Amino acid sequence: MANMTLKRNVMPTQDAQVRARNFDEVALGYDEQTAIDEANRCLNCKTKPCVTGCPVNIHIPEFIQKIKEGDFEGAYQIINRSSSLPAVCGRVCPQETQCESKCVRGIKGESVGIGRLERFVADWHNTFSTEQPVAPAPNGHKVAIVGSGPSGLTCAGDLAKLGYAVTVFEALHTAGGVLVYGIPEFRLPKAIVAREVETLKSLGVKIETNVVIGKTLTVDELFDMGYEAVFIGSGAGLPNFMGIPGEGLCGVYSANEFLTRSNLMKGYRADADTPMMKGGRVAVVGGGNVAMDAARTALRLGADKVYIVYRRSMEELPARREEVEHAEEEGIEFCLLCNPTEILGYQNPNDPRDPKNGFVRGMRCVRMELGEPDAKGRRRPVEIPNSAFEMEVDTVIMSIGTSPNPLIKSTTGGLEVNSRGGIIVNEDGLTSRTAVYAGGDAVTGAATVISAMGAGKTAARAIDEYLNR
Amino acid sequence: MYRIVEKKILSPTVVQLQIEAPLVANKAKPGQFIILRVDEEGERIPLTVAGTDRAAGTVKIIYQIVGATTEKLSHKGAGEYLQDFVGPLGEPTHLDGLKKVCIVGGGVGCAIALPIAEALHDLGADVTSIIGFRNRDLLILEDEFKAASKSLVVMTDDGSYGRQGNVTLPLKEMLEDGEQFDMIITIGPLIMMKFVVATAKPYGTPVTVSMNPIMIDGTGMCGGCRLTLNVDGKKVTKFACVDGPDFNGYEVDFDEAMARGRMYYGFERHAHEAACNLYKKEVQ
Repeated sequence: MANMTLKRNVMPTQDAQVRARNFDEVALGYDEQTAIDEANRCLNCKTKPCVTGCPVNIHIPEFIQKIKEGDFEGAYQIINRSSSLPAVCGRVCPQETQCESKCVRGIKGESVGIGRLERFVADWHNTFSTEQPVAPAPNGHKVAIVGSGPSGLTCAGDLAKLGYAVTVFEALHTAGGVLVYGIPEFRLPKAIVAREVETLKSLGVKIETNVVIGKTLTVDELFDMGYEAVFIGSGAGLPNFMGIPGEGLCGVYSANEFLTRSNLMKGYRADADTPMMKGGRVAVVGGGNVAMDAARTALRLGADKVYIVYRRSMEELPARREEVEHAEEEGIEFCLLCNPTEILGYQNPNDPRDPKNGFVRGMRCVRMELGEPDAKGRRRPVEIPNSAFEMEVDTVIMSIGTSPNPLIKSTTGGLEVNSRGGIIVNEDGLTSRTAVYAGGDAVTGAATVISAMGAGKTAARAIDEYLNR
Repeated sequence: MYRIVEKKILSPTVVQLQIEAPLVANKAKPGQFIILRVDEEGERIPLTVAGTDRAAGTVKIIYQIVGATTEKLSHKGAGEYLQDFVGPLGEPTHLDGLKKVCIVGGGVGCAIALPIAEALHDLGADVTSIIGFRNRDLLILEDEFKAASKSLVVMTDDGSYGRQGNVTLPLKEMLEDGEQFDMIITIGPLIMMKFVVATAKPYGTPVTVSMNPIMIDGTGMCGGCRLTLNVDGKKVTKFACVDGPDFNGYEVDFDEAMARGRMYYGFERHAHEAACNLYKKEVQ
C-alpha cells in the first residue's frame, strides 16, 4: 500500500550545537522501519523519470521495490549493478538536482528520499551482509587507471566486473582521491571509502599508491608495460587564488590545503604530526560545496567564528541547499554580496621578531550588488562605490575553484587540452590519443563526485568495446 | 614499503640514507625531490634527491634533523622500512648549455647542490663550488665537491675550517675579479640565497635558486608551496612542486617565502621536543 504522505521521512542528524564541535557524521541514516516507510512513498511509476536523472542510471524503482519487500541485500545488488560506490553516493550526490528532481512525488509534495534510501541500503549491506564479491574469470586484457578518485574507482570497478586486469595508480599514499583528501569525515567517514576500496580489491583491482603518472611513470610507459588502454581520472589540480595583495601571508590557505591537512593528514586530531592553524576567526572565500566543507571543518577545529564570504547572493550560491542549511544551523555566518580586495597582515613596528609578524590580522572587502546576467545567466556582481570595510580574521581560506593538473598533459604527447587546461574527450570519454580515455575533474574542472563517476562508467563501457572489437 | 639499504651519519645532525625505490631511481634527475612518510601516522615531508643508483634501484637522500619527522626518521636504521616514498617530483635543474657555473651551497643544501655539480662536471662544464657551514663539525661532502669542481672554497661562520665568513664573501671577490659565470646555482637557507642574489645583482649574473617551501601532496593539488614572483613588475603566484623547485633568483619574493616558512615554527619546535622526549623515555 503506497504511503501518500506529502512529506518525506526526516533524516535524523546530530544536534547542531553538538556536531559543530565534533567530526562524527552529521546525518545518522534511516533505520529499517523508516526506510520501508519511505520506500512505500515510491509509486513505481512506468516512466521512471528518476533513472534518467541519475548520471550512472541506477535502477531506482527496482531497488526501492526490494526495500518495500524488506529484501535489503537484494536492493544492494540492484544498485551495485550500476554503481561501485553506493555508500559514497548516498551521502554526497546532489540528489535534489538529479534523480529526486525528476520524481513524480515531487510535483505535489516532496520527492521520495532516494539518496537516503541508497545510503540506507549500502550501510545495511556493509553492516550485515556476508556476501563476498567474487572476482570474475579474467578476460586477458590489462587496463591502467590514473587516479583513485570517484571516476577512477568507478571505471576500475566496472572493468573488473567484466574480467579486466585493472591497476589503479594513485599519487598519494591512500586511495580515494577527493573522497579522502577533500570531503571531510563528518560528511563522508573515511572508513566508508576504505570499505568501498576493499570491495574493489576483492574484485581483483590492484591499487598502486605513491605513483605519480607524468613523473614516476608516463602514459606511454604504461602502454610499454602491457596495458592496452589507459583511463585518466587525475582530478582537479592547482587551487585558484584571487590575485589580491596578502595571499602569501601566514594563515592564508587554499581550501585544498586546509582540507587535505585536516582530512588526509588527520590534522583534526590533537596528536597529528601535520600542523594546521586552529581556532580564532576564519573567513572562507567562495560559495561552493568545498567552501562549506572548509567552513564547517574550521568550526570543528575550534574556530571562534567562521564566515562564508561570497560575492553574489544566496540565490546564486552554488553549494547544495542541505550543506548551506547545515552550515547555518551550526552557526556559520554568511557574508553575501561581499568581495575581498586585500588580506591584511600583522607587523609590529617596534619588534621585527614578534612571532605574529607576517600573519593575517584581517581582510578588506567591498560590498557588491547584482547587475546584468553574464554569459551563463548568473547576475554579475558589481562593486558598490565607497563600500570598503575590514573584517577581523586570523585565517583566510580561498575556495574559488581549481585549474587542471599540468603533470599528465606536459608528459603525454598528442593529448589535447582546452584553453582552461581540461583534457578534451568525445562522448565516450576518448581523448585525442588512441586508447587513452579521461573523465572527471581532469576533463570538466571542479564538478561533483557523481558526474565523475558517470564519466568513469562511460569510459569503462567504451574501453570494453574498444578492446573487444 | 621502502627499504633503507644504507645509513650513514655525515655530521652530528645530518644523515644520509639510500632507499630502495627503483621507479624513482630510474627517473630522478638533479634538482628533483621526493616526498616521504616515515610511518602510517606520519606527515609528508619533501626532500631533494641527493643522488641515484639506477642499477641498484636506490635513491640517496640527505637530511638534517630539525623537526619531529626528521627526528623519527633518524631513528630508522638500515634494513628498516619507510611507509611511503614518492617521486621524482618537480622539474630537474636546467643544465643545458651551461659552460661555466658557480655552485653556492649552504649547510644541508650542499647535499642537493652536489648532484648538480657532478652532473655539470660530467657534461664538461667548468664548475666552481663555494660551500658554507656554521662550523667544522657540520661540514659534509667536501671530498665529493672537490672531485666535481675545478675549484672549491669551503667557508665556516666561525672560521673553524676553511675560510671564515659567509659564502657571499668569495663569490663577491670572484665577480669583482671579473669571473664570468653563465649561471650561479644556489641552494641553502633562504636568507643565504637572498644574499647570493643581492651579491650577484650588480654584475648581472643569472642566479637559479632552489626553493623548499612547506608542501603536502607535492603534485600540484594543495597549493601550500606557493610563492610570489615579481615578473616584469607584475606579481605572479607559482607553485614550487610543479613549477619549481628551481626559480630565477631575481624574481623570488624571499621575504614572503621566509615569513611563510615560519608559519608552523612554534608547532614544529614543540613537536620536535615531544618526539625527542619520547625517544629519551624509550632509551631509559
